[in-house]
Amino acid sequence: MKAHLTRRYRFSASHRLHNESMSPEENLATYGKCNNPYGHGHNYIVEVTVSGQVEPSTGMVCNLVDLDGFVKEQIVNRYDHMNLNTVDEFQKLVPTTENLCVEIFNRLQKGFRPANVERVRIEETMMNSFEYAGGGELAH
Amino acid sequence: MIYLTRRVEFSASHYYHNPEFSAEENRRIFGKCNNPHGHGHNYILEVTVRGEIDSRSGFVMDLKQLKEIMNREVVDALDHRHLNKEVPEFAHQIPTSENIAIAIWKRLTPKLKLAQLHRVRLYETADLFVDFYGEA
Repeated sequence: MKAHLTRRYRFSASHRLHNESMSPEENLATYGKCNNPYGHGHNYIVEVTVSGQVEPSTGMVCNLVDLDGFVKEQIVNRYDHMNLNTVDEFQKLVPTTENLCVEIFNRLQKGFRPANVERVRIEETMMNSFEYAGGGELAH
Repeated sequence: MIYLTRRVEFSASHYYHNPEFSAEENRRIFGKCNNPHGHGHNYILEVTVRGEIDSRSGFVMDLKQLKEIMNREVVDALDHRHLNKEVPEFAHQIPTSENIAIAIWKRLTPKLKLAQLHRVRLYETADLFVDFYGEA
């Protein structure tokens, strides 16, 4: 039987939304206060959904210890208390939460083997969130 | 394809009453929601849009724009209103959360250009919400 499992993680980071190829006026018009040159920060919440067959002997889709270990090492340690603009993947990519969501999904899908990575959902604030499922449509 | 969700709150009053039903039927079907003096809720609206990430801005659509559309089309029209008496959609339709979600979908969808409306989720209370995907 296939089941889905979702776990929430948190990290805090700063970012500045700024595209070098835009003029200062265009950057300000596009990003508003997120273009502040000193950056600003969020407490990000990342929800990772994985799926797979429930292994009859353990009753698990995958061992949460494995998922926690992978996410901590590959995602949380990478971004927590960092300025996202200084991280490799955002040297040429604006660290919007859309782009962060895709980066995290791809990193998980590439490296996490015990279960299938279905979806990454990021809450940037209590009032907004982003979801990516590899580019396909979300199931209801 | 990426999905973006924005949340907003509004407060409104309403009551459930179908003039085609008898007084007894109205009371039986709608219970305390049939109180003619109305009652209210703090509604939480979550609007999800979907689209591709613009390679220049890194956005699906500007969150600020989405917030402005939600405020203009929904909050300004419904917040601190009596839905039955003040909102045109509910002059002849019962303002259940189902119907409110559908009305919100119809208000928002023509205003969204860069991203496509995917879901309207309306919480009537923390324990009760309705999802509408624009399906017939």
